[in-house]
Amino acid sequence: MNETATALRITPAYTGTVESRGAVDLRDLSFFYGKAHALRHVNMSVPANAVTAIIGPSGCGKSTLLRTVNRIFELYPDQYATGEIVIDGRNVLDRRYPLSDLRRLVGMVFQKPTPFPSSIRSNVAFALSYYERLSKSEINDRIEDALRQAALWDEVKDKLNHSALSLSGGQQQRLCIARTIAVRPEILLLDEATSALDPISTAKIEELIHELRERFTIVIVTHNMQQAARISQRTAFFHLGELIEFGSTSEIFTNPREQQTRDYITGRYG
Amino acid sequence: MAIPARRRVADIAAFAFATAATVFGLVWLAWILWTTLLQGAAALTPSLFSQMTPPPGASGGLLNAFYGSAVMILLGVIIGTPIGVAAGTYLAEHGRYTRLAAIVSFVNDILLSAPSIVIGLFVYEMVVRTAGHFSGYAGALALAMILLPIVVRTTEESLRLIPDQMREAGFALGLPRWRVTRQILYKAARSAILTGILLGVARIAGETAPLLFTALNNQFWSSSLNGPLANIPVVIFQYAMSPYDEWHTLAWAGAFVLTAFVLILNILVRLLARRGKN
Repeated sequence: MNETATALRITPAYTGTVESRGAVDLRDLSFFYGKAHALRHVNMSVPANAVTAIIGPSGCGKSTLLRTVNRIFELYPDQYATGEIVIDGRNVLDRRYPLSDLRRLVGMVFQKPTPFPSSIRSNVAFALSYYERLSKSEINDRIEDALRQAALWDEVKDKLNHSALSLSGGQQQRLCIARTIAVRPEILLLDEATSALDPISTAKIEELIHELRERFTIVIVTHNMQQAARISQRTAFFHLGELIEFGSTSEIFTNPREQQTRDYITGRYG
Repeated sequence: MAIPARRRVADIAAFAFATAATVFGLVWLAWILWTTLLQGAAALTPSLFSQMTPPPGASGGLLNAFYGSAVMILLGVIIGTPIGVAAGTYLAEHGRYTRLAAIVSFVNDILLSAPSIVIGLFVYEMVVRTAGHFSGYAGALALAMILLPIVVRTTEESLRLIPDQMREAGFALGLPRWRVTRQILYKAARSAILTGILLGVARIAGETAPLLFTALNNQFWSSSLNGPLANIPVVIFQYAMSPYDEWHTLAWAGAFVLTAFVLILNILVRLLARRGKN
């Protein structure tokens, strides 16, 4: 545990507030895959401008939780959510809440990098030009801005027209982050976004998350407990679809209230 | 470590059998190409592509038949491809989990394996009898109906091969379905869909039965699609059945060009598929 303790000391204090724009309030949220009850009555307030880590053993509902917030689950039949997810005062699970508004507000990055089979430039420009009428130079500025924020600009500025598939895995993942933040969302969902990457790329993305924290509400799902301790201010522990414990990261990792949380973070099961 | 003798024998036997089977398959293609080339050699001259089909006893070429085939195949592709790609897209994307898509997919499978002569008869009854005469339009329509299910199936398959993650990534950005399909999925599946279309063209290039009932044949030059139109498969059929040596040679030459065309298309498909992988 020494390693975790050291990491914790450099974790900045939790600064976000629940009232700010971009906070996500889950109220009695349940999720079903057909008859399987994957999330059970989750109540949780994710603060804005902070990193919230979600940990728990495989199949505990971590990814399901993220997939509920941007309603990506609606692509598949037999999947549905009950309860409320309130963002900026509105319940986004409401069918009348337009999907394209929601997904502009809530960006998502997946476990495996998913570059589109086109140039680096159009990967970032696709969504941008869908949402906003921009001149060519404005689009170029926004692309540069997004790539800079994703710490990728210096590596790709001379080959924006090259295929995105020619980038390395770590670069592809940062490109996915760039195209997500290009449309200026308030919330970023990262679903094990570094688990397919090597340690150096992982470190870069963690550093990036640290910088992005000030502008976005970030929710990351991770299997890597050191990572959760390193980069998050708040941590939620899930088990079998239930929220067992949610608190400041230092508390969860040094002095958890629940025995189940203690067992999981000390590696006794999971 | 020594490999037991039994395994080595089994290995050699499997290798020999696989090689023999491959050679057996290839021999026929080589034989067909060789025979058609040999028998049609006398007619494989520039005049094959510059003169019309001759009356018995005279010399000539197959220009009108090549032209008719090319025009009908082209028109068939123009009719069949957009509908086929659209229907395949519906099956793989929009209608993915619906009952209607399952039914359409099943019906498409039946159409895919329908004997081409049935399609010829159908178009004969619907178009030729209604219009009162054979026509290139009817021929193109029959070819389009054979091409259509091939394009539907290959489009559906190529779109389904794209991992769901790619779709989710597009939808997660808030893009509507038509944009995800057009800007992301079509790009990812482009070479596979194109491959399907080319294979379909190779298939309809040699179809005889549906043209026999629709475009029939034309001894003379005609560029009008609104009347009987010469075409390679039917010319081969009629000339090969005739008692005249010149006609036999022309039929062989036509058969050679047709086989070579299909072979080249297939090689093109291979190259495309390889490029798609990289």
